[in-house]
Order: sequence, then structure tokens, then C-alpha cells
Amino acid sequence: MSTSENYVLKMDNIVKEYSGNRVLKGVNLYIRPGEIHALMGENGAGKSTLMNILFGMPVIHNTGGFEGTVQVNGQEANIDTPLKAMELGIGMVHQEFMLIPGFTVTENIKVGRETTTSNLVSRIFGKSMETLDKKSMRKDAKTALKTIGLQIEDYVKVAGLPVGYMQFIEIARELDKTGIKILVFDEPTAVLTESEADRLLDAMRVIAAQGIAIVFITHRLDEVMAVADSMTVLRDGEFVARKEIKDTSAVEIAELMIGRKVEKLVDESTEPDTRQISEDNIAVSLRNYKVDMPGEQVRGIDLDIRRGEIFGIGGLAGQGKLGIPNGIQGLYKAEGEVKINGEPLDLEKLGDALNHKVAFVSEDRRGVGLLLEESIEENIIFSAMYTNGKFLKKIGWMHLYDGAAGKAHAEDMVKTLDIRCTGIRQAAGRLSGGNQQKVCLARALTLEPDVLFVSEPTRGIDIGAKKLVLEYLAKLNREQGVTVIIVSSELTELRSISDRIAIVSDGKLACILKPDASDADFGLAMSGAWKGGQES
Amino acid sequence: MNKKIKDFLFQNKVVILFVILCVGATIASKQPLTFVIPELFTRIARNSFIVLSLIIPVIAGMGLNFGIVIGAMAAQIALFLTTYWGLTGISGFIATVALATPFSVLFGYLVGRLFNRAKGSEMICGLVLGYLAEGFYQFIFLFVFGGIIAMNNPTLMIATGVGVKNTIDLKDTVKYALDTVPMLTILEIGFYVFLIATACSLGIKFFKKQAVDWKKTGLTVGIAVVIYGLSFIKPIEQFLSADRLLLLSAVEVLCFATVVWQVLQFVLFKVVKKNSEDAGPNTYDPRRSLAYIGAAAVVYGLTYIPALYNVLIMVKLPVMTYLCIAALCGFNNILLRTRLGQNMRTVGQSRVVANAAGINVDRTRIIAMIFSTVLASWGQLIFLQNVGTMSTYGAHTQVGQFAIAALLVGGASVQKATNKQALLGIVLFHTLFIVSPLAGKELFGDPVIGEYFRVFVSYGVIAMALAMHAWKKVAKPKEEDSVSIDESDSQILRV
Amino acid sequence: MKSMINKFGLPRIIIAGFFLLLVMGAAYFDMNMPQLMGDVLRRWGMFGILALAMVPAVQCGIGLNFGISMGIVGGLLGGIIVIQLNIAQNPALVAIHPLFAGWAAILTAILIGVVLAVGIGYLYGLLLNKVKGSEMTVTTYVGFSVIAFMNMVWMLLPFDNGELIWPNAGKGMRNTISLASSFSEVMSKTGEFSIGDFSVPTGMLLFFFFMCFLMWLFMRSRTGLAMSAAGANPMFAKAAGINVDKMRLVGTVLSTVLAAVGILVYAQGYGFMQLYNGPMMMGFTSVAAVLIGGATPKRALIVHVLVGTFLFQGIMTLGLPVVNQILPEGNLSEVMRMIISNGIIIYALTQTKGGDGRE
Repeated sequence: MSTSENYVLKMDNIVKEYSGNRVLKGVNLYIRPGEIHALMGENGAGKSTLMNILFGMPVIHNTGGFEGTVQVNGQEANIDTPLKAMELGIGMVHQEFMLIPGFTVTENIKVGRETTTSNLVSRIFGKSMETLDKKSMRKDAKTALKTIGLQIEDYVKVAGLPVGYMQFIEIARELDKTGIKILVFDEPTAVLTESEADRLLDAMRVIAAQGIAIVFITHRLDEVMAVADSMTVLRDGEFVARKEIKDTSAVEIAELMIGRKVEKLVDESTEPDTRQISEDNIAVSLRNYKVDMPGEQVRGIDLDIRRGEIFGIGGLAGQGKLGIPNGIQGLYKAEGEVKINGEPLDLEKLGDALNHKVAFVSEDRRGVGLLLEESIEENIIFSAMYTNGKFLKKIGWMHLYDGAAGKAHAEDMVKTLDIRCTGIRQAAGRLSGGNQQKVCLARALTLEPDVLFVSEPTRGIDIGAKKLVLEYLAKLNREQGVTVIIVSSELTELRSISDRIAIVSDGKLACILKPDASDADFGLAMSGAWKGGQES
Repeated sequence: MNKKIKDFLFQNKVVILFVILCVGATIASKQPLTFVIPELFTRIARNSFIVLSLIIPVIAGMGLNFGIVIGAMAAQIALFLTTYWGLTGISGFIATVALATPFSVLFGYLVGRLFNRAKGSEMICGLVLGYLAEGFYQFIFLFVFGGIIAMNNPTLMIATGVGVKNTIDLKDTVKYALDTVPMLTILEIGFYVFLIATACSLGIKFFKKQAVDWKKTGLTVGIAVVIYGLSFIKPIEQFLSADRLLLLSAVEVLCFATVVWQVLQFVLFKVVKKNSEDAGPNTYDPRRSLAYIGAAAVVYGLTYIPALYNVLIMVKLPVMTYLCIAALCGFNNILLRTRLGQNMRTVGQSRVVANAAGINVDRTRIIAMIFSTVLASWGQLIFLQNVGTMSTYGAHTQVGQFAIAALLVGGASVQKATNKQALLGIVLFHTLFIVSPLAGKELFGDPVIGEYFRVFVSYGVIAMALAMHAWKKVAKPKEEDSVSIDESDSQILRV
Repeated sequence: MKSMINKFGLPRIIIAGFFLLLVMGAAYFDMNMPQLMGDVLRRWGMFGILALAMVPAVQCGIGLNFGISMGIVGGLLGGIIVIQLNIAQNPALVAIHPLFAGWAAILTAILIGVVLAVGIGYLYGLLLNKVKGSEMTVTTYVGFSVIAFMNMVWMLLPFDNGELIWPNAGKGMRNTISLASSFSEVMSKTGEFSIGDFSVPTGMLLFFFFMCFLMWLFMRSRTGLAMSAAGANPMFAKAAGINVDKMRLVGTVLSTVLAAVGILVYAQGYGFMQLYNGPMMMGFTSVAAVLIGGATPKRALIVHVLVGTFLFQGIMTLGLPVVNQILPEGNLSEVMRMIISNGIIIYALTQTKGGDGRE
């Protein structure tokens, strides 16, 4: 190993703001040639922003650029386009494959960088008319495939190859780029089976042995311990630590990732807790529950949520926590046994959750939660109107919308939840994120639910609104006895309001923790170190 | 094996359906082949070029280009102007092509720009754009010609002097201009073009101080000279001086050429042994050569069957037109082997990947549209010079409709189209076109039924192709998800 | 100023301006304004219901329904059956009042048309549920195919009423069928009154407004609201327990039914029924009308229908005489129709980002 002065990549004191919101607060990333460097952190810690800066993505430069310096090979580099990054020898293996199924392996490896020979026409009309040199393309492809040890004919089509192969082809393409120095792997093992993942780790070692530095973005602690040489931890856009793997342990990394946050989101209620919560009174019971939600697969969960408690569901993005409420609501195909207050729920029947008085506030406000072009009024009354037949008056055989009743209720809700708007006729799409969230909440409350699922209640809203929303949820729980289930990526918010917190990892229940459990426990649970649902 | 046959039938269901339909309709029409086949070859010559112009946009992922109507309009504007200026013959035709090209390049560019703003709905956009362009076209021909640009020509203009007449007779101008270029002239021009190209190539290589393969250059020039020299032999000269080629001779020449080509390949294979390490999917197989030679022999033998012979001597092919069609097939193929063609394929398969690979997606799509529009305008000119009259307000209206239907009948889809499919489609579609009115008359006592039927077929086949494409697009994401999980478990064992 | 433009949309301002220009032009050329305005009203009523057929289609999420020719075919069949049965000439009905007989005829035709359209629309809706995301492209060509198919059917149907078939021994039905002996102008003539040359087709307008009212009621019903939600945001609807496919089916059937009613109202106002390729481009005219009124491929309201049809037909009615005054040569008003109607459709298509918006 070379001296610590010799870094192939040095990113120093990187600061990035998105419209006044600091997402990176002075982050450093130092990587030596030929080492495997793990970049770790929760969702929203700033990993992807840092990588976007490294690749000169337009999203960075369209939003005012960044502060700090980037050095590649000891030279100051001004990376303002992806092309520039490519020229500097920085490559990326994408999480979603950038492969064309209808092309052969060779064509995919050489896409956009085909080797060509000139001909008479190209001499007149320019390079784009040059003839493809298939022979040399195949030779290059074979070399790249050989490097990573993939035994595959270069002329077969990619369509129909197993996922593991595709990942390798993607890597081969990056290796084929001349002068590749730094290769970023963005959660490469997320889509792979265990044996495929092992093979991938082997390939990473081979690549690193050739002097190429690897940035390994992952949250799987076991993989980091197995393959990485060093690592950097980010948290909330802040640089936490850079450590050599041999000097640290999985527990320490987990602690570093979670950190102690002292933010107080909900004021301690002065009234005594009079809720009656018991193991015998179960509001939601899941048995072998699976949901086929792309990107958020739930792979068999057993869980009991007690009537009247505030229950938190946490975990990293893509691990399946969001699949749980979406499956119950019938948005994605779900199977298994679900009981609401002891009554079985028919997952095949659309709207059955609503009939069992289960309401849901979606994490995707604009995509699922709102009719953006319709009025606040319609958004608030809609579900109750459709499911419970509220706000309808009967004229002859027709059930017509009762404008007066709807208006009264909507205005009432606007006042209760303090929705800032020009009036209830305003289109929901024009409201700010926090107010949109309140509209979603208002609709759920109009249903008068027994069980309320709230998915990412504070995503993308400012701190003031955040506090108000959480406090309102707590009030709802205390005063009306609604069972509230909060699904969130923000551990702080779950720990400040929930009675118990379930951590979901890899589509399964990792464990159920008390909000005051240690940081290391949370960190290890989220990083997939614990399997099976033990209760602490 | 059984499954293989089933798959084959399923994949070619459209083609098979239309083969059955064509055979049935031909029998029902009670027309002799001596009528149907000459008519068919006329229509192939007329329509192939424009159908082939549809292939490039399909490759670039822009679907069936309903915008070729605009290329046809460019052709007709150019043709009207050259007719007005009194240009005739092959030189007049070439001038028309030269004039139509800049028009269609401009139109193609604009259409491409528009399509880039409506990605994903290019087809409906192209269709409506055709109707919109029709409005502008009529404005030009009804009002601008004669109204704004003074034009004094009573045979072309309406009596008031403003607006163009309904039909323009091309009999004395460019009718058959391209069809009647004698083979001898083609050969001569081809020879000189070849010499010039070789000279240019050498010049550039000298200028750039690159190595020149003298042996190869000498050999090709030698072959060219020999072929050109052959044309000075009296009987060959006489044969070549005709402008139309008897289908019988064409078949004979084709059989002969196949045999020569395959023998040549075999010899090359024996002499230049390829290193077996570079085994790709397209290695040469002597058995295939043998099969080709056998097929050629069989075809040649078939020409001695009297019924076929009678048909074969009825048909006279316009050589230059067919050469143009062949050249376009060649162009489509060669384009795919260039960087530009590969970029088009990439863009067509996935705009996201293309973008990530540094390909300028919008630019590539615009280039594809320009190619298609220009080719369509040339195709329309070939069509018009063969028909001999131009219906000013009608000749272009159905161009896109029928060309696209023909392409689809040949088994193409919104995402995949090849030269073979285009040519097969033209044969099937136009057979149906020729015989369906006659079949309608025989079966229902009214030819109009047959005409309606063929119109229905052209709309129906497009509707079906579009629906199938949309259907696949909806069904696809689900399949992919389920496959990826199962397969990775089972196949990883073989890694 | 800018917010004004945003509110009404640039194309609408241009077209409304153009309409005013034509009105001024007509006044300048000293044309018979009352008569022209009467014509505008008549054509407004004639085309209105066909344009109204776009509202349920767009609101339920299938987008601009270029395939209303499906419903039109149903309506035409209804009309033909009524003529074949000679209901308008039935002595018992004529004895009450000739207009009554006409009304009986057209209502029967509408009834038959609606029944057929429900069936056709249902099948059509099933197809559309399979091609989500590319409805417009598919519906256009399915619409064309149906017209082409019906061309053959018109040739072969065994009707024998003298009004329907070619007079001398030709095969099949006429291209244009006169309604003089059946229900020509029954709606327009009912309650018609004139102020000078300005005549108001009261019955037809009332019928049009009545249809709009029914549509408005439906849109405020539980099903109507659910349908709009399904069209605006399928995931939202699903989360609320709405069967999106079923709602799309409802919208498609309604659209098809309205098209059937629309073509009959159109035919009675025009006095003729056009078979064969006559209704081929009707879809485009209706689509253009609602777009001019301010609709988008995702949202169409009844007010868009009222405004759009009025402007579009106003321009068509005034355009012909005014343009002919300025440029007597050629059929330039037809050119104008093509450019306006197709131009507005192209504009709408390029405004929706990424076409089907699912990238």
C-alpha cells in the first residue's frame, strides 16, 4: 500500500445547497489507487449528491454548482459534464442496468464508443458515417470480459441472461473505457442473490488488484467487512469519519451511521398516558405477508400491532418498509394473512382496507396522494364520499355530490389542520409540500379510521410543518384512540413519537426495538446484520 | 420440433394470413397469372422505394413514420416547378430530385424537431401532421402558385390563373424518365463513377499519408475494366442496349450470378483459411453454398415449365428503377454498419442508455427523420414518373397509409422492420390490391366491395399492429419483474 | 397580462381574436350578419353533442377519443332502421302533428343508436384497457378501420327503402341519405323563432343544453367523480378503492353513446345522413373543438365544449363567405379548417410532456 499522500481521488470540504437547503456540509472523500473504499450512510446522508458531483451531473450545475475542491490524480479537476468525468477515467456501475436487451454483449460493452474505420463516405460526411470495426470491437469486449472472469460468448444477446451476468457486462463496459481509474459501484448487490453477490465481490477484488480504485456504496455491513479496505461514513450531509477497515468493527460502523440526534420533534405531553395497550388487543396482524412492490419488496413478514399504540416502521430505502402499507391498501399485489381487529382482510378485493376502517396517507403525495388539478375540497372529501357515501344527497335515483356539506367539512378541516391556502377551491397541486401533506391527512381523517397508516409523513416538508403533523398524529392517537402506524426513513422522527419501532431489512422484519434502544442496535438492524424478528 | 413449427407459425401469423388471403383472392378473381404478375411487377417498381424509406425511423425507435406524406409533398412541389420550367427526360428527372432534396431535408428537420417534442406519440403526431401539412400544401397549390407567384401556363393552371389544375400530365416531361435508362448507359456511368471514387480514395489516402493497398485496388479496377470491356462485345452490347429487362432474363442472370458468387466464396474460403479462434455467429459454411447453388439450379429448371415461362416472358422490368430499389436496400444495410446506424439502433432501443453513453438522442432522431423524408420524396418521384400523371391534390394523400400497411403486411412491427419484410409486404399487399376488386366482382357481383375491402385491410392491419405494440408495452414490465427473480436463482448455478 | 394569457391559453386568444376579426370582416363586407349569426347557432347545436362526447373520454383517462366513429356508426344504423321502418310517415303519428312524427322517428333512432353504442362502446373499452398509454394512436386507426369495415357493410345490408338505396339498380345504400321524409330538422324547427333574418333553432339548442346538463349531473354523481379521479390519477383512485378499468369502461361507453346521439342530432340539423367515408374525420373535428375550448388530453370540461364548439363553428361559418370575399379563388376555407383543426391537435400533443407521459 502506498503512502497516505498518494490519493487518486481527493474531494475536499464539499458543500452543496439545493435552494437554501444544505445537503452536504463540508464532506471529504479520499481514495487511494487500487483500494476498495466503502461509502456508507443512511438514506439522505448525501451519498448520491456526492456522486452526482463526482460525475458532473447536470442536476448539480443547474442548481448553482457546489463549493470545495476535487482532485483527480493530484490535479485539480473541474468536472462539469458527465463526459468530463468519463475522460478523467471515472466510471459508474448503475443500480438499474444501463443495458439494451436486444443488443449483443459486445454491442452493449461498446455502446457509444464503437471502434470504427474510415471510408470514402466518412471522409466527406464526417465521423458518424465511419464503418463499424466489428472485429476489434469483439476483441475489446473479450478482453474486458476476461478481466472480470465472465465465461460468456460475446455475440449472444443480453436479453434472457440472468441478472448476475448483466451486472458483470455493465462492469465490463466500464473496464473497457480507456484509462479507467475510479469505478463507482452503486449498491451493486441489492439485486443479486447471495452467491451472485459473492462472485461480484471477488470480481471487485480482481479489479482493485489492477490498480483501479473502487467506491463501494452499500449498506450491507457484512460485505463492507469482507471486501473493503477503508470507508467513509456520512450522516445528514456531514462527514462523520474515514477509517481503515482493519481498525474498526461492525458495531462501531453501525454507531457511526446512526449517531445520537438530540432534535426534539414532539413536545412531551403533560397529561398522563391513559391508553390501554395490551398484547390481547391486536389492531393489525400480519402473517407471512408478502408484497410485490417494485423496489420495495416485502418478502414474508409476521407482525402484530396493538390497538391504540403508535407503531413505527423503519429501515433503509428499498428494503421493503414502504411495501407494507401499500400492499394493505391494495396498490400492489400482496399475499399472506392480514387481520384488522381480528377480521381477515381480502387482499384481492380493491378497497377492502377502507371497508375495515383502515386509512392510508401515501408517501408519494403527488403520484398517489392527491388529485393535483382538483380543488382542496374535492381532495379532502373524495375517499369518504366514495367509500362511506358521505357528502352525497339523493335526488331521484341519483346520488349527487352535496356541495354545501362538502364545503363545510373542507373549511372545517382547513381550519383544524391550519392548511395555508387561498380558499378551498384552490387546486391541491399549487400548495406547498407541507400543506399538501395536511390535505392528504385531512382526507384520511375524513374517513374516521380505526387504523391509520402514514407513510413518510414528513418527507419534503419544512421543520415547522413537520412538528405540527407529528403532534397532530400524537393527538389523534391520544384523544381518539386511533392506532397510528408511521412508516418512515427518518429514525429520529420514529424514535421521538413511537411506542415501538420495527426495522425492516431485505423485505423481512429484522427486529422490533424500543425507541430508547442503543444506536448500535438500530444501526446493526438496518444494515442487515440481524435476521429474524427478535424483540428487544 | 412441433413447438418450433408452432412458434414459426405464430411469429409469422400476419404474413401467413395474407399469403392465404392473396392466394384465395387471386383464385376467386379468376384472373390468369399472365395478368396478375406483370401488374404486380409494375407496382413493385412504383412503390418499393417509398416503403423502404420507412425502415430507418423504425430502427431509430420513432415507429411508423406517418410523416412521409410530407416527403411526398416536397416531391410534388419540386415536380410541379420543374414541369412548369419545362424540364424533361432523365435530366429533368434528376433536376427534380435535386430540387426535392433540399425541400425534404428542411421538412424532415422540422418534423424531427416536432417529434422530439412529442416523444412517445410520434405516430399520432405524424398522422395529424400529415393532415396539417395537407392544409399548407393546398394553400400553396391553390393560392400561392398564381396568386402570389405569377405563373402563366394555361395547361398547368386553372383558367383564372390562380391555382394549379387537378391533374398534371407528365407524358411529355418525365414519364418513364427513370424506367427507360438503357442498361448500357447504367453500366457506363457505373464504371466511371467507380473510377472516380477509386481515384478520390487514393488521393485522400496520399494526402493523409496513409498506406495504400495497391494489390487490392489494382484487382478491383481490373475487374471493373473487364466488366466494362465485356459490354463492347456485340451480342452483349445488343442485350444491354435495351431499357427493360425481360423477367426471364433477370431470373437467368440471377441464377448465374448466385452460382458464380457462391463458387467464389468457396474458393476464397479454401485459399484464405480464417483462424478458427475468431468463431463468431456468421462463419462461412460450405454446405450453405451448396444449398444456394442447388436452389439456383432448381429455379432455373422451373423456368422451363410452360405456365411459368409464359408469365416470365410477359414481364419487362425497368432496370434503373429496380437498381434504385436495390441500392436503397443496400443503403439501409450499410447504414446499420456505421457509427450513425449503431447510434440510431441504440436510440431506438433505449433513449436512457443512449443518453448515458453520450449519444445525442435528439440529433440522431432528427437525422433519421431527414433520411426518411428525403427517401420518401425520391420514392414519390419514382412513383409519379412511372404513373405518368400527377393528381395534384390526391397523389400524396394515401402514400403513408398504403406504404405503412404494406410494410406491416410483410411482418414488420412498430419496433422492427427489415428490407425483406418491406419487399415481401409490397408483394402481398399489392397482389391483394390488384385482385380484390376483381374478386369482389366475382363473389359479390360488385367490384366496389373489393375496393372497400382493400381499404379496410390497409386500415385494419395498421390498427392491429398499433394495438399489438401498445399491448406489449403494457404487458412487458410485469413479465420482466417476475423473470428476473426466478431466473437468477436457477441460472446462477451455471456461473 | 401574462396571467391573463396563462389563464386562457395562447391558442384560445389567437382563435378568439381570429373569430372577432372574421366578425369585423363580415361587417365590413356588408354581409347579412343576422343570418350568419343564426347559422353559427345552428352549427353550434349540430356539432355540440359530438364534441361533448370528448368529456367522458378525456375525464375517464382514455384521452382524446379519435374513435368516436364507433358511436357514429351506431347512430347511423339507428337512423337507417327508422327510415326503413318509415316511422315518420306513419299515418297515426302524422295525424297528431308532423313534427310529432319526426320526433318519434328521431327518438326511436336515438334509442336504437344508444343501445348499439352501449354494446360497441363496451367492446371498444375492453380494447382500450389493454392498450393503456397509447390510446390515441390506437383509437384513431381503430376508428378508421371501423369506417372502412362499415363501407362494406353498407354495401351488403339488405335494406330496401327507396330513400336508402340507389335509385337505379345500384348495389348497396346511398352515399347521402335525405332525411326530408323522416326527421330532417325536427329539433331545429321545434320552437324556432326569428328576429328578422336571425333565426334561433330553439329545439336543437335546448336538446344540446339538456345533454350538457345531464353530463354535468353525471359528473357530480358518485360514479362521475370516481371516473374523473380514475382518469386524473389512476393510483389515487386505486388507493381510494376504485376499479380504474371499470371506470374507463364507463367513460368509453358514455363517450360512444354520446357520439351516437350526436351524429343523429347533426344529421337532423343538416338534413342528410352521410354514410361511407362521411364520418371518417368527425373525430378530428370534435377533438379540435374541445381543444380550442381549452381542454387538454387530460382534462375536458363542459364549458370547454360550449366555448370550443362555438368558436370553431363560428370560424367555419363566417370564414367561408369572408375568405371568399378576400380571395375568391379556390376553396380556401377548407384549407383554413385543416390548418386550424389539425394545428390545435398538434399543439396539444406537443404540450403533454413525453406524449404518454410515462417515461
